[in-house]
Amino acid sequence: MILSNLEEVPGRQIVEFYGVVSGSTVRAKHIGRDFMAGLKNLVGGELKGYTELLHEAREEALARMTQQAQSVGANAVVNVRFSTSSVAQGAAELFAYGTAVRVE
Amino acid sequence: MVDLIVLLVLLLVTYGTGRWFEQRHFESIRQREAQLLPLLTSTLSTIPSSAPVERSEMVCGSVVVSLDYFKRFIAGLRGIIGGRIKPYEPLLDRARREAMLRMRERARAEGFDMVVNVRLETSRLASAAADGKRTAGVEILAFGTAVKLAAAG
Repeated sequence: MILSNLEEVPGRQIVEFYGVVSGSTVRAKHIGRDFMAGLKNLVGGELKGYTELLHEAREEALARMTQQAQSVGANAVVNVRFSTSSVAQGAAELFAYGTAVRVE
Repeated sequence: MVDLIVLLVLLLVTYGTGRWFEQRHFESIRQREAQLLPLLTSTLSTIPSSAPVERSEMVCGSVVVSLDYFKRFIAGLRGIIGGRIKPYEPLLDRARREAMLRMRERARAEGFDMVVNVRLETSRLASAAADGKRTAGVEILAFGTAVKLAAAG
């Protein structure tokens, strides 16, 4: 599965379009991580716990998107976009979407 | 009275530590940016080369940052008067550069030559405390399509 945020897969020809595919996940913060982040908030700088948390969540959303693309017979997803939104206190939705295509 | 002393001590300590961490981080960013200079990045969706493409893949880099206690205090005061909030500027600057660097480092580790169509996104993480009105941190995400060109000849 090739992912690309361009409107094409560089160097490959798109032969078929399958429409929009998407994947999302809603995550809440871990209480331990929240505590550590609270401490880190005093010092400032990177909050590693949150960076990891969001990275994992984004990977999960991407995995769900590629799974959906695979199920319709695509071998690439082009023009991939991300969006993040706070849906509730301390919880965030990570959403990834793109267009499933087949490249030769 | 005790509260005031605690506040002053916190402000004094975090003023020092925040500054120190920030300077160290900027130093590391400058070094890594110099190392990554040959890896081309662009926000265009076209590949600035006529050579055929061997492979491509999407790469991401992200970072969550927050202000230190001292700077948040100053920013809070600034919020009353209005105007430019200086403490946030270096914070967002280094977060963006760090996210870009992580994306580029990932591209280089996998042997790509360039990253095209780079996009940057910023989102605020609401804190579970205080009904989500406080900010737990700010996430910067950088992503783009890494491209490896076929070797000439």
